[in-house]
Amino acid sequence: MADLSPISLWRRFLALPNDNRVKTLGVAFLVALVSATAVSVTSVLLKPRQQAHIDAARESSLAAMIATLPGLADILRETGAETLDTLIIDLDTGLIATGADAAGFDFLAAQTDPAQSTSLLPEDDIAGIGRRPNFAPVYLLRGTDGLALVVLPIYGTGYQSTIRAYLALKGDLNTIAALSIYEQGETPGLGSRITDPAWQALWSGKEAANASGEIMITVVRGTAATASEVDGITGATRTSTGVANLVRFWLGPDGFGPFLTWLKTGDL
Amino acid sequence: MVRSNLHHLTSPLIDNNPITLQMMGICSALAVTTALDTALTMGLALMAVLAAASTAISLIRRHLPVSIRLVVQITIIASLVIVADQFLRAYAFEISQRLSVFVGLIVTNCIILARAESFAMRNPVWPSLLDGLGNGLGYGLILMLVATVRELLGSGSLFGLPVLPLAAEGGWFQPLNFMLLAPSAFFIIGLLAWAIRAHRPEQVEANQFPILSTGKGDRT
Repeated sequence: MADLSPISLWRRFLALPNDNRVKTLGVAFLVALVSATAVSVTSVLLKPRQQAHIDAARESSLAAMIATLPGLADILRETGAETLDTLIIDLDTGLIATGADAAGFDFLAAQTDPAQSTSLLPEDDIAGIGRRPNFAPVYLLRGTDGLALVVLPIYGTGYQSTIRAYLALKGDLNTIAALSIYEQGETPGLGSRITDPAWQALWSGKEAANASGEIMITVVRGTAATASEVDGITGATRTSTGVANLVRFWLGPDGFGPFLTWLKTGDL
Repeated sequence: MVRSNLHHLTSPLIDNNPITLQMMGICSALAVTTALDTALTMGLALMAVLAAASTAISLIRRHLPVSIRLVVQITIIASLVIVADQFLRAYAFEISQRLSVFVGLIVTNCIILARAESFAMRNPVWPSLLDGLGNGLGYGLILMLVATVRELLGSGSLFGLPVLPLAAEGGWFQPLNFMLLAPSAFFIIGLLAWAIRAHRPEQVEANQFPILSTGKGDRT
């Protein structure tokens, strides 16, 4: 009668010749198990710290973008405003969400939580995000002569990662003031060049939509010809097209389109 | 016995340096040595991964089936690299952003697999750990030397602190932009290898591809 206690089974397993099939599979399985456990435990334990760094990077990116926009510091000084106003918007209606707490709203969690997001039809989902949150924050800056700047948080899929950015629109709600990409995992040296300040600066002054309100902004190969075209990055066509698509999505009817339409009517 | 074990730690520093003698890990040595802080972080990360990988592989070396040997080694190394990368993201976020993919690419760094195959598979745990630490130190040492030259001449600073007054800020030093490009690291590593071999002629390899003498000029 074979001894079935775990220790003696373990001894017999170790005593098997190394080219035995059971031992080969067993060693492979055990190494994979231990490695996977080590990776998962580290990843889960360190997640809060990493997220804190990413949040800090996002805030400093917003602050840096505001700092590079010409004239904005003056507006802040004139109006005595310290920072931007934060509003939580209901993306379906485009109106300010009643009863939403701007400080406590977790936009990142809302993006994947089924209870706080809506599934998109594949043909509408040009940004490649699958689900769209029901609520989103926007940041407004009012000068002495009306609305000066609207900053929208946008995100979508590029070539191999989720690209997150802030899009700032001028007071006419059509001219792009700045695009600031603060998180991406595109191919280093190719797609990652979307974080290059020189490329992001190409977006400033572009017009998102034409006179009839149709969204025209796009990334083109070679040199941009019209006021709504941005030069693509050589060797990173899918990444730069992805950025254009996510800008188009978030300005469109499923994104901040209803909110911008409501804002244009002017009674805020 | 203690003496011979310590030898595993010290010999990779110069006598058997993974970069200047064995010419391994050159790719990352080019990429991360524009500044001292990234070079130091990369050296420490590689040393930690190498020491842990050598220890783990040496620990299971008697029970490692030959047919899946490399797969198991790479699995262990890759897991350790992910763990190291996660730690850097959590505790040195800014530097890990600048190192970008190069921490992840430690997994393909031939130093680690070479030490696993040629040393840890055949030696007990303690010498393997020392060998891993020693090779990590040897790699880090060369990285720091190259980074010192490149950061000093390329940006006029060390560890980000200004040392030479830059011409752009009213000083006299005109930074050499070439030092910030990858080819400069080739030159510096080449010069280092040359200096070490001039000092220790036993490191010079035999000429494998000698130029044949052309005889009496009949090949003009």
